[in-house]
Amino acid sequence: MDIPYTVEVRRDTGLTNGKIGIWLFLASEVMLFGALFASYILIRTGSPSWPRGDTMLNVPLATVNTIVLISSSVTMVMAWASLMRNRFETFRIYMGLTILCGLAFLVIKYFEYSAHFHEGALPSTNNFLAIYFTLTGLHGLHVLGGMAVNAYFWGPGAKLWKTNPTWFTNRVEHAGLFWHFVDLVWIFLFPTLYLL
Amino acid sequence: MSDHTAAPMAGDHAVDIDKHVRIYITVFVALMVLTIVTVTVSRFHLPVPIAVTIALIVATIKGSLVACYFMHLISEKKLIYAVLGLTGAFFLVLLAVPAITVHDGFWIH
Repeated sequence: MDIPYTVEVRRDTGLTNGKIGIWLFLASEVMLFGALFASYILIRTGSPSWPRGDTMLNVPLATVNTIVLISSSVTMVMAWASLMRNRFETFRIYMGLTILCGLAFLVIKYFEYSAHFHEGALPSTNNFLAIYFTLTGLHGLHVLGGMAVNAYFWGPGAKLWKTNPTWFTNRVEHAGLFWHFVDLVWIFLFPTLYLL
Repeated sequence: MSDHTAAPMAGDHAVDIDKHVRIYITVFVALMVLTIVTVTVSRFHLPVPIAVTIALIVATIKGSLVACYFMHLISEKKLIYAVLGLTGAFFLVLLAVPAITVHDGFWIH
């Protein structure tokens, strides 16, 4: 039996089921990161002193990572736009660039983490580092998850384009919504952790 | 934009997508400029309340640009807005919890 409302929109919602599904998932993600942001506020306001992020963290590397992630959001939306224009090969290029940007982000993060560990700066060292590693670690896992989904649509999942291009385009749009959300979270994490 | 989710397109709709692509590029440039603004302002070492306010305003503008244009929220269906409205309300409650703890015991006395 076919999955209903993957291509045609439901009359009552005006949406495909996939679109509703991804937005409900993102709503749960907002609450997940929201809880951690609330924890950050609680820990910071309850602390007698709090270090400025730039005294403990590498701002230039994080700035590069911000630029990389924003760029990946653009390539992701361009990948979807390419499918809307029926240009599959262009989609492949933009999706490939998105995956590479995600990889670059994680590699830079690896160097950041390595430097911290080398200096003996661990999550157990203080509350600042504890919340820093928790938030950026969880965010990093989201980048990894997004990359896995994107890689699937770049590779084996792209077969669907030949049989049902509209469904494939919708799937890429939904993957894009997740990817943009990951970018959006970083947009708030960057100033909160590194600059304040 | 959600109107475009139904099918890949050609002809008039392709022109529509071209218009959106131009918007994506503009938003990209705006996000880059705002990132530079965020980093530059942090170098002034302003008092924490002012620094937090500026950083959050800039981050909110950047986040709104991503949500509105890359995530197409500027022209989404009502159900999505309803879901996000409810999420936003609960999110604010979550953020308010730490503020309530500042008044620990307030309701008891």
